[in-house]
This record gives sequence, C-alpha cells and structure tokens, in this order.
Amino acid sequence: MPFALLRRAHKLHGTAWARVARRRAIDGRTYAATGGALEQVLPAFRKVTGDDGVSLGAVVREQHGRDESVHSCCPPDVVVWPRSVEEVSALAKICHRHGLPIIPFGTGTGLEGGVGAVKGGVCFSLRKMDRVLDLHQDDFDVTVEPGITRKALNSHLRDTGLWFPVDPGADASLCGMAATSASGTNAVRYGTMRDNVLNLEVVLADGTVLHTAGRGRRPRKTSAGYNLTGLFVGSEGTLGVITKATLRLHGIPELVLSAVCSFPSVQAAVDSTVQVLQAGIPIARIEFLDDVMMEACNRFSGLSYPVAPTLFLEFHGCDKSVQEQVAATEDIARDNGGSHFSWAQDAEARQKLWKARHDAWYAALALRPGCKAYSTDVCVPISSLPCIVVETKKDLKENHLTGPIAGHVGDGNFHCIMVMDPEDPDEMQRVHQFTERLARRALSLDGTCTGEHGVGLGKRTLLQEEVGPAAIEVMRNLKATLDPKNLMNPGKVV
Amino acid sequence: MSARVLVGVKRVIDYAVKIRVKPDNSGVVTDGVKHSMNPFCEIAVEEAVKLKEKKLIKEVVVVSCGPQQVQETIRTALAMGADRGIHVEVSGKDSDTLGPLQVSKILAALAKKEDARLVILGKQAIDDDCNQTGQMTAALLDWPQGTFASEVVLEGDKLKVVREVDGGLETVRLRMPAVVTADLRLNTPRYATLPNIMKAKKKKIDVVKPSDLGVDLTSRLEVLRVDEPPQRQAGVKVETVEDLLSKLKEAGRI
Repeated sequence: MPFALLRRAHKLHGTAWARVARRRAIDGRTYAATGGALEQVLPAFRKVTGDDGVSLGAVVREQHGRDESVHSCCPPDVVVWPRSVEEVSALAKICHRHGLPIIPFGTGTGLEGGVGAVKGGVCFSLRKMDRVLDLHQDDFDVTVEPGITRKALNSHLRDTGLWFPVDPGADASLCGMAATSASGTNAVRYGTMRDNVLNLEVVLADGTVLHTAGRGRRPRKTSAGYNLTGLFVGSEGTLGVITKATLRLHGIPELVLSAVCSFPSVQAAVDSTVQVLQAGIPIARIEFLDDVMMEACNRFSGLSYPVAPTLFLEFHGCDKSVQEQVAATEDIARDNGGSHFSWAQDAEARQKLWKARHDAWYAALALRPGCKAYSTDVCVPISSLPCIVVETKKDLKENHLTGPIAGHVGDGNFHCIMVMDPEDPDEMQRVHQFTERLARRALSLDGTCTGEHGVGLGKRTLLQEEVGPAAIEVMRNLKATLDPKNLMNPGKVV
Repeated sequence: MSARVLVGVKRVIDYAVKIRVKPDNSGVVTDGVKHSMNPFCEIAVEEAVKLKEKKLIKEVVVVSCGPQQVQETIRTALAMGADRGIHVEVSGKDSDTLGPLQVSKILAALAKKEDARLVILGKQAIDDDCNQTGQMTAALLDWPQGTFASEVVLEGDKLKVVREVDGGLETVRLRMPAVVTADLRLNTPRYATLPNIMKAKKKKIDVVKPSDLGVDLTSRLEVLRVDEPPQRQAGVKVETVEDLLSKLKEAGRI
C-alpha cells in the first residue's frame, strides 16, 4: 500500500518547486494532517451536503489539489460540494471542531498554487453554488454566488446592456477572482477586482457568516467603518470562504475599435503608453508584446507582423469619441517612431488583428514543444517599465532562458512567459532564480512582486520583502484574529 | 432601396439554462427560468440590421408570436437596430401548442401585409429544433428560399446565398422576394448597448391577433410525453480479455 502511494505521489510531480508539498506527498502519509478525524467527520459532512456532495476519490482529490500553475499537485483529503451558505457554514463548523484545514476552490484556474492543500484537509468546491442572485440594472450592480464564472455572468447579462469587464484571461469564478484580487487586460480603464467588489458574504473558519459591508448593502461608495470588503479581496482563501459577491457592472461599450502598432524599441512603446495616459485618452486595453513574442506569434498563427516591440490597443466609446481617441493615439505613436498602425472595427476583423495577443500563451509554448510554461507577474510604476523590461531581457539572454514578454503596460504590469523543460532540473533551477531576481528588480523600482496572480505558495518570502516586517506583523495579527486555529488555506500568503 | 425586411424572432429558454422535465412529463419547466432570444434569431436580426446599415434595405420590422413576455424579446431586437416591432398575441393553451405551421402562416400573412421584400429567420429554434418555419413560410408565399445561410449578398433584385449543407457549401441565386434562414456562421450578433436599449423604448410595437391575419391556430400535433434522456449507467471494469469476452457473451452481444 505505501509503495503504491509513493508511486502515485511521484507521478504528481511536475517541477522542482514546492519542496514542502512534495515531501508531504512522498511520505505517503496523505492523511497525516487529519489522522482519525476524517473518519469521524465524513458522516457529518454527508448529512449536510447529501451523499453526492462528498468525495474521497483519488482522481477527484487530485483535480482539486492543482491549478494552472507549475506547483505540484497537493490533493486535499476530501472534497465537499456545499449548495448554500448554510451548508458552507455547517461544514466549516465541523472542520473547526476537528481542526481540519479548509481550502476554498472555484475553477482551479489560479496561477500561484493557491489551492494546494499543503496540510491536507477539506476542499470546499463551490461549483454547485452558481446562481446569479440579484441584478439591479438601474444601479449597475449584481450579486452572485461563488461558483459562477465571469463568462457565464456576462452571457446572463448580455441583453441588459451591462457587463462585468474584469478579464483575467481564464474563465475564472467571480469569487475566486475576488479572492485573488484578479485583474486583466481591461484594468487600465475599468479597474481590478479591488475596484469592482462592493460587498462580500464570507464564512469564517468557525462558521460565522460575515457581510463585509452589511447584509444586502450596495451603495456605490461608503465611508462606514473599516474596509472589510477590501480586506477579503485578495486574501486568497486564508481568511474565509467567500459565498456571495456584489459586483459593480459597467455599460457595454457602444463601439469597440482595435488597433496594432509596431515600435523601434521597448522605450518607444512604453513612452507612447505613458503619453497616451497623460493625454487623458480613456484607452480600454493597451497590451505590449516584445519582439520574441511577436516572432513566436507570427510562427504559431501564420501571421506576418513586424518582429518588433508592438502595442495592441483597444478603444471603447461612442462613434465620435472613439474616432478622436484613435486619431490622438496614432499621433502619439507616430511621434515615438511607431509604424504599421492598423485598426479594425468589425468584430471578425478585430479578432484577426488581436489574434497574436490572444494566442500569445500557446505561441510561447509552441516555441519549444513538450515544455511547460510559467508566467511571471511583476508590476512597477509605469515610468520604470522600459528600464525593467530592458534589464529583464538582458537577464534572459545571459542565462539562455526562453521568456517572451507580454504585458498590460497601461498598469506597468508585464509577464515573462517562461518556457521550460520539466525534465531538466538545471533549467528549472535557473528559471526559479531568474523569477526571484525579476521580483526583486521590481521591488527595487517601488513595484510589487505580484501584479495580479497573487502570492499563493511561491511568493511568501517576497511578500515579506515587499511590505516589510511591520505590515507582515499586522497581516499575521489579522489572520490570527479571524482564524486563530490557522485552518483557512494554510501555507499561503502569510 | 426602399425594401422592407421582416425578421421573425422566438423567445426560448436561455441556452445556458439546465433544462428540467416537469414531474408530470407533460413538458419542461419554464416558470422562473431565464428566457432570451433564440441564438439563430439573433443572427437573423444582425443580418437585417447590417443590410440596413449598408443602405441596401430601408426598414427592419421584427415579429414575434406568443404571450406578453415576447415583447421583451422584440425590444432586444429593437435595441440591436430594428426599426419597429409586431407582437402577434398568442396566449394560454394556444401558445403551448404554437408550432412552425401556425407561425409560418402568420409570417406569410404579415409578409404580404407589410409588403416585405425579404423574410429572414433563424434556421431553427433551440427548444424544438424543428427547422421548418422558414421553409413552410416560403412554400405558403410561393417564394424562393435560401436556408442555412452562411453568407447573403444582395445583387440588384437578386439574392446570392451561400448555404451550409452536408457536402460543403452550396451557392444559390434567388429572385426577390425571398425567405432566408440564418445559420451559425452568417455573422456575430452585436450586444444591445445601454444607449440603444434606451432608444428602443421609444420604438413602436404593434399588437395584432392571429385572427386579424386570418390564421387558425389549431394544432395538428399533440405532445404525448416528455422524458429526460436516460441516465448514463455506470460501466464495469474488467481485468482480462477473457473476462471481457465472457461479459459480452452474457449480455448477448457476441
């Protein structure tokens, strides 16, 4: 029996990272954290969720122990599917009584290993709670359950003229996005999750149900008390299980226009970005792809873009306003040496124009078939962007690493898509060291080690360097207050 | 061109909803369930609006048959760019038994009344999957039809339609007036934006009764029973080929 577990544990490994997790799984003591407690609680769980709401199946547990990061799979000991906030609270109370870790799970599309059950425990899969609860069209707000994804919400809203614009790429669950403070290509105009969550309903480790802004409240702004909503947004499941989110909606733009422009240098592309923002142009998306990425995209999608730093732009607004925005942006681009400025308005033509940006991830992977990809995620003040991108490209070259760059330059956020061979421990090590250097480079420029992906498993040390000991102490005290037994997603963030 | 286009739209259960059969097996649960415009009807509306934007036709009139709620669906079409709407009021028992034959009679009568040059419909509705209304309407009007259209081009007084058929693509040229049914790849329908939704509130929706159009709503079809597809049974794993063969023999398969 132990040998079979060992063999299975070995198969779960992808990388040299998450050594703690690997050691735990290889021990074969998958139930180490829970001992006999698991047998005691299973009947209690089944009474709450029904028989089909609890699973011990190995494959199901593996599925819920991994996300889309390169961190090894850390399966929980059991997966439960609550159907209501009452069930979440009841399950949490049982876990609290028996000291079992609780790991909330949305869609498993995270990029930092946030769902790994490093100490085993109970995975709360929120998939069955996927309803749109209250839509207030005139107030531009909607309350949703945790399992509904952003594409499903936008499909539900499509006839109302409203949409939820935060777009992290993956079709993530909205409460998962709230938990990781997700962002995306639209943030430069519409903000991140931090700006678009009005209220949360959260179940704490002991089963207490908390409404961060008060039950049912949804004013567009408030000065009432401490900002508990803000505390939970980005807490990555370490403070509570989010069971409802009230979100801010925006009007679907009347017109969407996309454009592409090539530049002679990274500096020119970023200078243009800064000037566009300074000119007050309400640009909706401004994405940067470096020359390595453009080459990869040309090869992958059969395109013929110039192999040079390129900006992909999107403008939202009414007809006249969009035309003005495009004209002003084209002037700025030209002044900075931009060329091959092309734009499109029709839906199909826009898709074609932005194809390179949409396929960037796969184009990067296609550079070296058989390899895996890891996306770095640093964010710096915009004026420091040329400096950090140039230094990073130098670092990549000196260390013979494949890392095409794509970035949300409007926010000063960029990703190196590190393409690496999982069977080559030396390369994995070099990539790991590179990402640490990159994070520290961003910190030295007054930036952050994670612009949108979260801290998860791998960036806890960097978080301490970033916010400093005083802030970490406050975070730890808050965690101790809300979760004294450290049951909520242990091993993450703080 | 001073042509008028008639577009038929149907209000159906939203494509994203999990359908549930009523406990008495008489139909599916529709109370409290999200409804929206049939996706192929959205494509039909989009095509008509595109023709108007290219100034090839003058007016887009959108029609829907059913109870009061279908006016929401007509409003969505108006927000997409249609000019005015016609609500053919069918309620109660009649709306439950409303099918392609009655709807095509209604559309044929309206096409004549409104002097339409072109009738565009979705190829089929996602609730009944009949794929009959367009064809029946053309037959009743004795007009040519271009169904499963993936491309529509106006060439003077003729219509070139590229159809998606089993063997590939078929191009036909039709004399107008004609009926076209929209397939998936004809276009990508636009979203209704807030300013357009506001404008649509001011556009006119006329209400007519089927009897005004001389249409008899009696259905020749009776739904006997609705069942869910059979639940998937658990499979059986076998260890050896011999086991597999003996199990297949037991089940009478070999």
